[in-house]
Amino acid sequence: MFSGAQIVSELQRMGITHVVWLPDSTLGQWEEALSSAPGLTLVRVCREGEAWAVAAGLHLGGARPLVMIQCTGLFESGDALRNALFDFGLPLFAVIGYRSALNTGAPDSARTFTEPNLRSWGLEYRLIDAPEKLGELHAHYAACRQAHRPGAVLIAEGRM
Amino acid sequence: MNRMSLADALHVLHTVRRNDQVVVSTMGAAREWMKLGTHELDFIYAPSAMGAAPSVGLGMALARPEKQVIVLNGDGCMLMNLGCLVSITAAAPPNLVLIVCDNSVYEVTGQQWTAAADQVRPAGSVVDFCQVARGCGFSAVFNFENIEDWRRAAGDICNRRGPVFVVLKVDPIPGGQVPKSPAPPAERAAKFAAAIQA
Repeated sequence: MFSGAQIVSELQRMGITHVVWLPDSTLGQWEEALSSAPGLTLVRVCREGEAWAVAAGLHLGGARPLVMIQCTGLFESGDALRNALFDFGLPLFAVIGYRSALNTGAPDSARTFTEPNLRSWGLEYRLIDAPEKLGELHAHYAACRQAHRPGAVLIAEGRM
Repeated sequence: MNRMSLADALHVLHTVRRNDQVVVSTMGAAREWMKLGTHELDFIYAPSAMGAAPSVGLGMALARPEKQVIVLNGDGCMLMNLGCLVSITAAAPPNLVLIVCDNSVYEVTGQQWTAAADQVRPAGSVVDFCQVARGCGFSAVFNFENIEDWRRAAGDICNRRGPVFVVLKVDPIPGGQVPKSPAPPAERAAKFAAAIQA
C-alpha cells in the first residue's frame, strides 16, 4: 500500500529518531528506506517484546522511538507492553502490520484477535486500510504525543 | 564452586561507579542495589517485564551515547530474553555494560533452579553464559567467581568501551523477595528521564 519512501517521509515529519522493529513481509519492504534515511536509526530486535523495552529506554533517554511490528508480535509483546505503558506510564507509539486485514473471510486468527487485543489494552488506534489514509499516522501520533498517551496505527495487509 | 555474596559484588560496583554512569537494576539485584543508597541516574526497574532490563538499557545507551549504561541483570532474566544479546551486538553501543548476577535460581519465587543450573541438567551438559555472549557477538566478556578478582577488575570494566558482558557468580539469598518500587513507577520514570537528559 505504501512505499518505504512514503513511510520515511511521514516518520521524518513526525520527528521519529529510532524505529525499533521486527518486520513482516509488508513492513519488511521498507527496510532499505528506513535504514538509509537521514536522522532515523533502525534498531533490529529478535522478539517483539524486546521492541517495547528498547523503545522505553530510548524514550527515557530523550529520543522519539517508534515500535514497528506485526500484529502477531503484538500478541507476543504483552508483558513488555504492559510494563512500559502502564507501570511506567510511557507514551510509546507503534505501527503494527495487520495481517490478512484486507482479506475478508480469511481463516486467520491473527486477523480475528488484533483489534480486540488493542482494545483490551486500552490502546487507542487508527486503522489505515486505504492509501489516502496515510496522513492519519502523523495525525494520531501528534494527538497521542500532545496528550502524553500511548497509541498505535494498524497498517492493513493483504490483497488490495 | 566459590561464589560471591550479591551484596559484596554490588558493593564493589557501587564503589567504582562514576557519578555520571547510569545503573539499571532488576529483580534481586535491584533489591540489593537500593540498599546501597539512591542516585538520580539509578533506574530501579521494578516492577519489571522479566528479562527486559538489558533491552531498556540498550535503548538508554542508544539515546544517550555520552553516558555509560550499566545493567544489572539476573540469570533467570537473562534466560528469558537471550535474543537481546544479539540485538545489543547488532546495535553495538560502546557505552553499554551488561552484568549478569548468576545464582542459578529464581530467587524471588523461592529459589527454584533455572533450566541452566548444573543441578538440573544432564551430567556434562553445561550452560556457559560467557560462551553464549561470545557466540552472540560480544568480544569483551568477563567471568568472576570470587570477590577479589571482581574488585580488582570492576573499575576498568565499567569504564571500558563496549558492549561489555560480565557474569558474576553469586550466592542466592534465602528468602530474597521481589523488589518493591521505591516510589510510584511513572513518577520515578519522569524523574529519571529528567536526570539522564540533563
